[in-house]
Amino acid sequence: MVITDELVAYLEKLGRIELDDEQRVKTKKDLQDILSYIDTLNELDTDNIEPLSHSFPIFNVFAEDEVKNGDMRDEVLKNAPESQDGCFKVHRTVE
Amino acid sequence: MMKLSEMTGIEISKMIKSGEISVKEVLQDTFDRIDKTEKTFNCYVTVDKEYALQQAEKVQKLIDSGDLDDSPLAGVPIAVKDNICVKDKLTTCSSKILYNFKPVYNATVVEKIQKAGMIIIGKTNMDEFAMGSTTETSAFKITKNPWNESKVPGGSSGGSAACIAAKESVIALGSDTGGSIRQPASYCGVTGLKPTYGTVSRYGLVAFASSLDQIGPLGRDALDCAALYEIISGKDEKDATSMEFDKFSFSDIKNYSLKGKKIGVPTSYFGKGLAPDVKQRVLESIEIFKSLGAEVEEFDLDIIKYAVPTYYIIACAEACSNLSRYDGIKYGYSADSKNILDTFIKSRSEGFGLEVKRRIMLGNFVLSSGYYDAYYNKALKAKKLIQDAFFKAFDKYDFLVGPVAPDTAPSIGENLSDPLKMYMADIYTVMINIAGVPALSIPCGVDKGNMPIGLQLIGKPLDEKTILSAAYEFQRNTDFHKQCSPLL
Repeated sequence: MVITDELVAYLEKLGRIELDDEQRVKTKKDLQDILSYIDTLNELDTDNIEPLSHSFPIFNVFAEDEVKNGDMRDEVLKNAPESQDGCFKVHRTVE
Repeated sequence: MMKLSEMTGIEISKMIKSGEISVKEVLQDTFDRIDKTEKTFNCYVTVDKEYALQQAEKVQKLIDSGDLDDSPLAGVPIAVKDNICVKDKLTTCSSKILYNFKPVYNATVVEKIQKAGMIIIGKTNMDEFAMGSTTETSAFKITKNPWNESKVPGGSSGGSAACIAAKESVIALGSDTGGSIRQPASYCGVTGLKPTYGTVSRYGLVAFASSLDQIGPLGRDALDCAALYEIISGKDEKDATSMEFDKFSFSDIKNYSLKGKKIGVPTSYFGKGLAPDVKQRVLESIEIFKSLGAEVEEFDLDIIKYAVPTYYIIACAEACSNLSRYDGIKYGYSADSKNILDTFIKSRSEGFGLEVKRRIMLGNFVLSSGYYDAYYNKALKAKKLIQDAFFKAFDKYDFLVGPVAPDTAPSIGENLSDPLKMYMADIYTVMINIAGVPALSIPCGVDKGNMPIGLQLIGKPLDEKTILSAAYEFQRNTDFHKQCSPLL
């Protein structure tokens, strides 16, 4: 796998991140080193192996849909960079 | 009388309960040590003496009335890693993006330790979002190894391990996604447990890689870790991945004999890259287990060479998804911006450090269209094979023994410039998280430079009892865990 400038730019876009020029050069090299090493995984035969997403079998966990912690609006908004009238305040999203 | 700094949490709690010393006096002793050495070692992001004293007052009353007689660590000071939520107390994950974040609820483990009468004294420094193995990726400060200030404490729970080694706390909570409790415990000469996945609630632990993250104890010996594990473990309805299992009782680990127990030693843990001193100390420790009656056998665990690639694919994939919540709107750092997209991009670009950005990008890559099967799905299949290899070993052995890390603590700055080198040093620990099994790091001596070395004990799922018991037996017959830094 070869890491190109285009791929780095695409990954920045996917992650909603913008690197500066210096970081971009370093990141391109680091991602290349890491992925070249990660590619050793291709040597491992995984034919007919089921992917394992969870370490131990877990079945659906059901619970009644009950509110137990109450209305914490004011507390939650204390952490908001900006709020107004009990809501998070953001830039205009619809022109 | 023995100095408090040389006593374990259980011993200190007994003294408090017998009235020989008060909770406040124990706390003051810890504060004195913090005042003396914290400027040098930087173990904490936040120390909150006022909060500690408030808790101490309440706990003293409960101890005096006998309500905490059955709680083995009542009155004992504890440090909490800064990715575990404590209500209304700064919880930063050592990231600029959460520099001012105060949770509106307690993590389940925090509720549990406070109910058990433990006193939270502060929040410990860590690699940003637990991503790193040296605590150098913290946005705030560099924690120094209490054994040698020019060395790192390990990571990502570097502050939690260092504060115990520096005697700035008696015991601590950390989190372990790929070795983040065991490796700093090893580098700092303390004991640390990564429990079976699903035994300790992750509710209130800021998520890094949800299928691998697990909270666990760090302490001065295996018995303290066992007592804290008993307190924090158990099914929690607030964490749907937590499991139902038989209650662990720490006092059970005292009635255990190594006679006739079968220990497996993976030969692949002793290959190229293992420092000679580490190898020597680990082999000597295996001889100690033999002398205590255990049978030791070597076996192949060759799949180890695929552990690090598998781990970084899975961990980064989950991380990029978990970290998408930081947007500069709901909480934390928010950059000046022109429009909403600008808010997201600028807040994240200015708020995250480079290691975090790198992992977000790697995670997005392995999940992106066209690469998902080749990387992410491939890693999930490798995960299955890695777990199978452990389960096969556990058909034959009671537990496994090997090194925690290939070498002792590196110098500050040594690994930071080369992430691949740093990732590869996780080879002996990441497999355990992939398999979901429990593992413990205990001190087993020092290298030529007088830096601590850790021995790793790996157990069957839900069999914390065996590895903690074996460690307790080992520590009853050795004094590596009592050795402390020459700087103190």
